[in-house]
Order: sequence, then C-alpha cells, then structure tokens
Amino acid sequence: MMELDGNAMAGDLREIFAFEMTEARFTCAGCGHAAAIGALMLWGQAMGRVARCPQCDDVVLSLVRATDRVFLDLRGAVRLELPLAGS
Amino acid sequence: MARAALPGRLTWRAATLAEFRQETPTARTLVLDVPDWPGHLPGQHVDVRLTAPDGYRAQRSYSIASAWSDQSKVELTVQRLDDGEVSPYLTDVLEVGDQIEVRGPVGGWFVWREAQPHPVLLIGGGSGVVPLMAMVRARGLSRAKQPFRLIYSVRTPGDLIYREELPRHVRDDPGFDLFLNYTRQAPDGWPNPPKRIDVATINTHGWPPDFTPDVYVCGPTTFVETAADILVALGHDPKRIRTERFGGTS
Repeated sequence: MMELDGNAMAGDLREIFAFEMTEARFTCAGCGHAAAIGALMLWGQAMGRVARCPQCDDVVLSLVRATDRVFLDLRGAVRLELPLAGS
Repeated sequence: MARAALPGRLTWRAATLAEFRQETPTARTLVLDVPDWPGHLPGQHVDVRLTAPDGYRAQRSYSIASAWSDQSKVELTVQRLDDGEVSPYLTDVLEVGDQIEVRGPVGGWFVWREAQPHPVLLIGGGSGVVPLMAMVRARGLSRAKQPFRLIYSVRTPGDLIYREELPRHVRDDPGFDLFLNYTRQAPDGWPNPPKRIDVATINTHGWPPDFTPDVYVCGPTTFVETAADILVALGHDPKRIRTERFGGTS
C-alpha cells in the first residue's frame, strides 16, 4: 500500500545532494508529467524506496541503502530542474 | 578513520524529550530539546531514528509542529498507529529525559515562507493538520498579514488536535479563519451534519481561485487526492497546490 510521498524522502536525498531536492521538479520519462519531487508517490521503507509518477505510476526514481553505500536510480526522470538560491 | 563532517552536512543529533502534551487519546506532542538546532521553516520535517538494543534500526519522517523562535524547542505531534513500528514507542513509551536521534530540518517544497505574498488555504485531514499548524503558529508569531484559512477535517470531536490553541489563533490572529469539518460525529448542536469534505466545503470555506492562494493539503492519501481534485476542478492552478500524504501503516 502506498503510504507516503516524496516529501518523506527529504532526509535521504539531503544526505546525497547539496540541494533541497523535494522542491526540484522532475520530468517523468514515461509520460512527460512534470512536478515537484515532493509530489512523487512513495513505496517502501528507508532501506529501499520506490517513487512513482503521480500521473502515470511509472517508477521515476528508486533509492536503496546498503550498509556502507546508497544506490540511486534515476532512469525514470528525463530531467531534473533545480531552483538556485537567490534567483 | 571517520571522515570529518562537512559544513551543512545532514547529521543525526541526540534529542531529549523535555516534556509532552497529550493532544487526543492517540496523539501526543513531543517537546524535544535539540542542542544547536539551526531553526526551521513551517512545513519542514525531521527524520527520527530509533535503535533497538540488538542494533535494529527504524526510521520515520515526522512533520515539525512548532514554529521556530530563538529559544524554542522542536515539537513533533505524533499520531499512534496501532500496527506501527515507531509511533507507539513515541506516543506511549518515551519518557521525559529519554533520548532519540533526529536529523533535519529537511524539506523545502511543502513549506510556507513568510515572503510569499498570496493568501493561504490550508486543508488538513486528521493528523495532517500538524505541518499546517506550524504554518499557523509561524504566521501568528511573526504577525504576518497574509490571510489564512484552515479547513480541518476530523472523524469526531475527540480526534481534534490543538483543540484549545486553534480557537486562540482565531481570536488573536487577525485574518485567520478556521472551519472544522466532522466526518463521523459532530458535537451536539453543530450546524453541519457529519460528512467528508466535498466541493461545497472547499468552495464555501476556501479562497476563490481568482485570489491565487497558495494551497497546502495534508492528510491520508485518499483525503489528499480528493481535496486536490476538487481544487483543480474549482479552477485552482495545480502549481499552487502543494500536497503531503501519509498512510496508515507506519
């Protein structure tokens, strides 16, 4: 069952990126829908997350955590748009 | 050798439970003392991590309920989920003086910034009111002028979180309106019969799309999807609608 959304990934993504990623906009490789990372539909737990497009349900990104590394798969996003501070 | 922490790097910190408030039979506000807390924006989260004696770890993301002021502590309001792994510990077991690990604040999309000039519509279902309350508190604290409306939907009067504080904001914060919606049982003499939020609720108690409000919707997935669909059907710009969903299994 889908429990959460991309907002709940903020901590895990902030660990990897210098940007606050929930306000970045993805463009879905499946359907072209663009929205904030925070709006993705999230399955799984902190050990392994799958985030799907709210429009077409395709997997946009997945994040898997092992003991000493993290695997981020972004094949479902053709583009990420990041706001720059002060702009 | 451990790598040195980079400046601004997100790290786990120890937080100590300073006090708590029972909000409803199943929801508790944790007042946490977090040394060197950098401050936060309303709508941001913290990740909470619990470690069992055998090393097993569980991690969850919780919305911050409090507005930030210089000396304030960090407050989380946690709804107990009976089959949950983390929430029953936070609502029933954690005692004053106990420590948990937190990291944050995190999140930047489901956030209200005082520089946003538009009117604000907040729509919360159940404990989805928590991040919205942080926004109401921040607005009250800074005496911001943007008109705010909160539509807060709960099952019964007993499920109402912040039941004493919300009317105080209505009284003391000019430009803040509250509409309470009951879905199963309303208080005696309540003018509206219990029902789920619908087009009429949002049309009557929200802002017209012409006002281009910033809209924040938080609650269970079905609640959020219903409210967001209604907002779009009423003519609100999807780009001005920010949503946060949570389910019932953690």
